[in-house]
Amino acid sequence: METTAETIPFDALQDAPTQSQEVANYINELTTLNLGPTHPATHGVFQNVLQMDGEKIVSGVSTIGYIHRAFEKIAEHRPFYQITPLTDRLNYCSSPINNMGWHMTVEKLLQIEIPRRAQYIRVIAMEMARLADHLICNTILGVDTGAYSGFLYAFQQRELIYEIYEEICGSRLTTNMGRVGGMERDLNETAIRKIRQLLVEFPAMLKEMEKLFNRNRIFMDRTIDVGPITAERAMSYGFTGPNLRAAGVDYDIRVHSPYSCYNEFEFDIPIGKSGDTYDRYMVRHEEMYQSLSIIRQALDKLPTDGYHADAPHYYLPPKEEVYRNMEALIYHFKIIMGEIDAPAGEVYHAVEGGNGELGFYLISDGGRTPYRLHFRRPCYIYYQAYTEMCKGAPLSDAIAIMSSLNVIAGELDA
Amino acid sequence: MKQAISNEAALQILQARFGSDIFDGSEPYGMLTVYTKRERLIELLEFVKESPELQMNFLTDITAVHYPERAGAEFDVVYHCHSWPLNFRLRIKVSVSVDDPSVPTAVPVHLCANWLERECYDFFGIIFVGHPNLVRILNMDEMDYHPMRKEYTLEDPTRRDKVDLQFGR
Repeated sequence: METTAETIPFDALQDAPTQSQEVANYINELTTLNLGPTHPATHGVFQNVLQMDGEKIVSGVSTIGYIHRAFEKIAEHRPFYQITPLTDRLNYCSSPINNMGWHMTVEKLLQIEIPRRAQYIRVIAMEMARLADHLICNTILGVDTGAYSGFLYAFQQRELIYEIYEEICGSRLTTNMGRVGGMERDLNETAIRKIRQLLVEFPAMLKEMEKLFNRNRIFMDRTIDVGPITAERAMSYGFTGPNLRAAGVDYDIRVHSPYSCYNEFEFDIPIGKSGDTYDRYMVRHEEMYQSLSIIRQALDKLPTDGYHADAPHYYLPPKEEVYRNMEALIYHFKIIMGEIDAPAGEVYHAVEGGNGELGFYLISDGGRTPYRLHFRRPCYIYYQAYTEMCKGAPLSDAIAIMSSLNVIAGELDA
Repeated sequence: MKQAISNEAALQILQARFGSDIFDGSEPYGMLTVYTKRERLIELLEFVKESPELQMNFLTDITAVHYPERAGAEFDVVYHCHSWPLNFRLRIKVSVSVDDPSVPTAVPVHLCANWLERECYDFFGIIFVGHPNLVRILNMDEMDYHPMRKEYTLEDPTRRDKVDLQFGR
């Protein structure tokens, strides 16, 4: 058998002693190519050192950590509410999901029950974050395969989502949304009006994108059978979220272990079949319709109880109370100064993030800060399959595969 | 989806096979947590993966925790396993000492262990015996310590401008 990019074993390059003469000669003729760290098509700081046989990738080594910010170490020195801004910066395309996941972890530790209205508002915020996340991923995949229109025009809807974030929490990208114990404010009239607007405009835009992409000859040629992964391989590599569902496994934490009242909504889990780039695109595309449906249901049956729990030890009192009421002043001071001790315990809580199972493993020793906090970051775990998925593919496909995996540098490096 | 196997039943299955090598079982916030010995760790991970009663087909996470005051067992290496068919999660811990912080690698059982173990090595200095490529992953290669160990403070301890005596950072 002739040695080619397809037939050479993936680890042959690392495994020098077992090489035959023919394989060694083949490896000597390969070109080393640095893809990144600052390559415009990787949308973040990623470096991959690829061994190329002409245009085909034979093997590669990923180097990560370019924007590592030691969040786990910082978290050991910050009171619980100050960790929320750190979670913003994990997957910054869908910050509200990270925020809510963290709040729910702490609430699980403190055993706080939050009112259903707060949970519904959280669901709305999380599903909007998912819309924004998937929209970025799919339109960037379009850019990388030569279609700029999605990235240009569909982002109007992302802008609308960010305007709604502003109404809910006051900021746009790194949201720091919600509090331990609920939301910091109720959904206001403008927010509801804009969400209604989103529910009309977003599907119309999706339909337009469908016409541009789904049966587009060029797009299909560039994505079908590009970077496929089997379900077994994906599970062994720790894939979760849309990338796993594209391979045909219907694992979704929102259904598997529902949190935040997700069991009260009707929605489908779209799955793919071959796990290739086109399936990943399609799964994300269908999930956006499901997210819209969840938002619509949540808005239609929004409960009327409060937007935060009655947990004065952990939830900041209203500001006007702080000026008038002694207890409120004390709680305000203690919470802001981080003088509230959490009970000792060990909690793992996972939410369905934009890219898969976003887990928080929190160990508290009864102090004001976590003893240990570990983020289970879906990107970090599935990105290790990237070089294997690129094997035998041309360089241009490697770019499309990376876009379709939706690897976010912030989440990768934490 | 409900958890299809109770924690007690799962613990019994594990103890029937591993006897006293499964110890200190507890259920913090509902998740079954057991300690095992590092000699039997890989056997245990394989057993829960292949066992028809447990079907723990997914390794969610590997991480480590440093307890400097626990002499002889300074590190816990923590494995989170998940059975999707049964919706059952299991936390497996192995204690190792700071003098010999080594555990066998789980890469042959679950491919995703590769980078997770490299992360543990990078931040805690846990040696995963048999790992295909145990080098630093997020920190720079020249670093000569493992920063998540508790003896390393967050900020440069020689800086005087950051001392906050009142609230003790």
